[in-house]
Amino acid sequence: MRDYVSEHLHEWVDLIFGYKQALHLRPHVIHGAVRHVLVRHEQGAGHAAEGYAHVSGKPGVAMVTSGPGATNLVTPLMDAFMDSIPMVAITGQVPTAAIGSDAFQECDTVGITRSCTKHNELVMSADEIPMAIRQAFHIATTGRPGPTLVDIPKDALTNEMEWYWPTDEEVQAALPGYRPNTKGHPRMIKEAAKLILASERPIVYAGGGILKARAAQALRELVELIDAHVVTTLMARGAFPDEHPLCLGMPGMHGNASAITAMQQSDLLITLGARFDDRITGKVDAFAPEAKIIHVDVDPAEQGKVRRPDVPIVGDANYVILEIIREIKELLQGGTRQADTSAWKSKISGWREQFPMTYEPSEPGGLLKPQYCIEQLNKYAPKGTIVASGVGQHQMYTSQYWKFNDPYTWVNSGGLGTMGFSIPAAIGAKAAMPDRTVWAVDGDGCFQMTATELVTATLEKLPIKVALLNNSFLGMVRQWQEMFYDERYSSVFLDSANVPNFVMMAESMGCVGILVESPEEVGPAIERANSINDRTVVVEFRTDATEGVFPMVPAGAGNSELILHPTQSDPTRTLQPEPKPIDTKLKDAH
Amino acid sequence: MARTRDVSGARTANTYSADMNHHILSVLVQNRPGVLARVSGLFARRGYNIFSLAVAPAEEEGRSRITIVVDLDSAPLEQITKQLFKLIDVIKISELDPSRSVERELLIATVKAAGPKLADVSTLAEIFEGKIIAVAEDLVTVSLEGHPDKLDDFEDLLGRHGIVELQRTGRVALPKLDRSSRHRSTALRQPH
Repeated sequence: MRDYVSEHLHEWVDLIFGYKQALHLRPHVIHGAVRHVLVRHEQGAGHAAEGYAHVSGKPGVAMVTSGPGATNLVTPLMDAFMDSIPMVAITGQVPTAAIGSDAFQECDTVGITRSCTKHNELVMSADEIPMAIRQAFHIATTGRPGPTLVDIPKDALTNEMEWYWPTDEEVQAALPGYRPNTKGHPRMIKEAAKLILASERPIVYAGGGILKARAAQALRELVELIDAHVVTTLMARGAFPDEHPLCLGMPGMHGNASAITAMQQSDLLITLGARFDDRITGKVDAFAPEAKIIHVDVDPAEQGKVRRPDVPIVGDANYVILEIIREIKELLQGGTRQADTSAWKSKISGWREQFPMTYEPSEPGGLLKPQYCIEQLNKYAPKGTIVASGVGQHQMYTSQYWKFNDPYTWVNSGGLGTMGFSIPAAIGAKAAMPDRTVWAVDGDGCFQMTATELVTATLEKLPIKVALLNNSFLGMVRQWQEMFYDERYSSVFLDSANVPNFVMMAESMGCVGILVESPEEVGPAIERANSINDRTVVVEFRTDATEGVFPMVPAGAGNSELILHPTQSDPTRTLQPEPKPIDTKLKDAH
Repeated sequence: MARTRDVSGARTANTYSADMNHHILSVLVQNRPGVLARVSGLFARRGYNIFSLAVAPAEEEGRSRITIVVDLDSAPLEQITKQLFKLIDVIKISELDPSRSVERELLIATVKAAGPKLADVSTLAEIFEGKIIAVAEDLVTVSLEGHPDKLDDFEDLLGRHGIVELQRTGRVALPKLDRSSRHRSTALRQPH
């Protein structure tokens, strides 16, 4: 049985990430067509599988053992669930006869993972395995992608069975309740085309669904056809080129002022594969009050969950966008004229000029600004470089200051906000795209959560580069305590300029460690890191601990209550008519 | 989910009645291990309230039908059904409008019935077309099958005698038939 499982995995993937499945399954994988990457912690296997899936579009596979192996996989499963990452987890389970007896390393894996998987299954005999595996891949990769899990007891793997491999038809027949709708409703598509042509203040609100649906090209066609500005959410960075004149960048809590304001004042949000996340909308009641909503999403439950759409379209983003383009062209040929958007566009240009992304640049010999490090990393990055980030200030700086021009070059944990995501995810991305440069941008908090996977990077010959922005603090929380808790700092100082010694730590795991303390060292250090391609490099940047992420919409506030970078706090600004007192409810948020 | 009541028989807020903002969902599922846990877990996870829930195999082999009475004050019905639809094992959801469906429930209760009181309980059961199913020296167990509202009334009146133990099954429901049409249920479709 076990030989068959590994033999057939290569239908979907060329490698899997795992730990301690050695008992039954792993040796057969190693000798099969599928490479097994041995990680150092099961969470690393999960995030690596996510990174692999993010950049390749193929499902990531993580294979771990029962009990603690399975529970350590819970965080990556939830992360993949929140960010709609196709991922298949295979967990070992105690023999069927021992299930329910509190056996050694037994846990109720399907019970624990029920709410963090799209579907999961405990198989009870060898002959159930082929169908369970086929279904797991089918469900993970179709409709709204997500993680699935197959729990396989030891005896099911070692018992004999009559081999069969279910056909696609058999797989679907066995899932009568699973029929994802990929074709949008033609009448709604027509309606959307009409609304788009009639809109005077349109904004395309592009989410991660664009990338999942491989719809970046279609998106560009649509945007250029209707000549409307685009915002790309945290999950959609790279789905539309930042350097394109119609790209406004990221909206949301730490988005760019012009993107936030344009959404806020728009009369039509053309929502493509986005889900009105609270980090985008701010206070929902105050979000884009005059906008009509076209909502394209493959998941019907997203329609109307947060904001009631005027035109709901359930379907695959790529298919629906192409259909909308076709309808628009037909309407134009039929003599319909697009509404005049020139006033709106000049308004947007005004905001862009008035409120660029900004920070106080590093002075030679002065404190190192994290934003400057990101800009320099971006400047020296070879074409096609993939960036993975952890969660916190460094994640926001990267999203804000890295110019993303290609899809599938940005890997991050958006929905769950999993600290420690970047290093294992970068390893997974490198495994999928070995010829690309992969930078993991990490913070000193995140790094200490999953740095152990650098051993994996070294031994499995998956050399990544880590830019560790060390400000000695849990920076994002520090910033909140500064802004909303009267600078009463509590449990945010990590003292990581002293302990650990990151350079020694990196070197102990077979990496090259480089310490950067001043602005003038940044460029040369990055160039040196880029020149090393046979080993993982960790560049530690000692950054200004007092720097904060701006702009910022405080949690629970409306998007008009935008706080700009202190250097932009110009009394003539129009975005925030007058400073409003921060709502006390904020203190319960986050 | 639990219907609490006090022994004095006064109806508590948890008893459903006709005016309550409830809806009946009839959910056809694949009869597989864990399916009830998936459904109830979904309700718990998303903060939806269940008033009652009944589950048993359906007419077709390998299928079960779950009748759920949901509290619409906790979430809009549309979100509840859409989220239910996302469960792989859920095949079909029918929303049953209480005015266009037949609803039944079974109640059994043991009440105090010492001496002459036995006749009172017996009469009460007779009026409601219920049954005496067991008698002890000072206790009697009665059963009643019928519309949940009728059961509410019966329960109220039994309460005056002192209910020792009571169990209701939770309602089951099917679309009401009329002479002309076959199906009166609205099979919920995914929106377009």
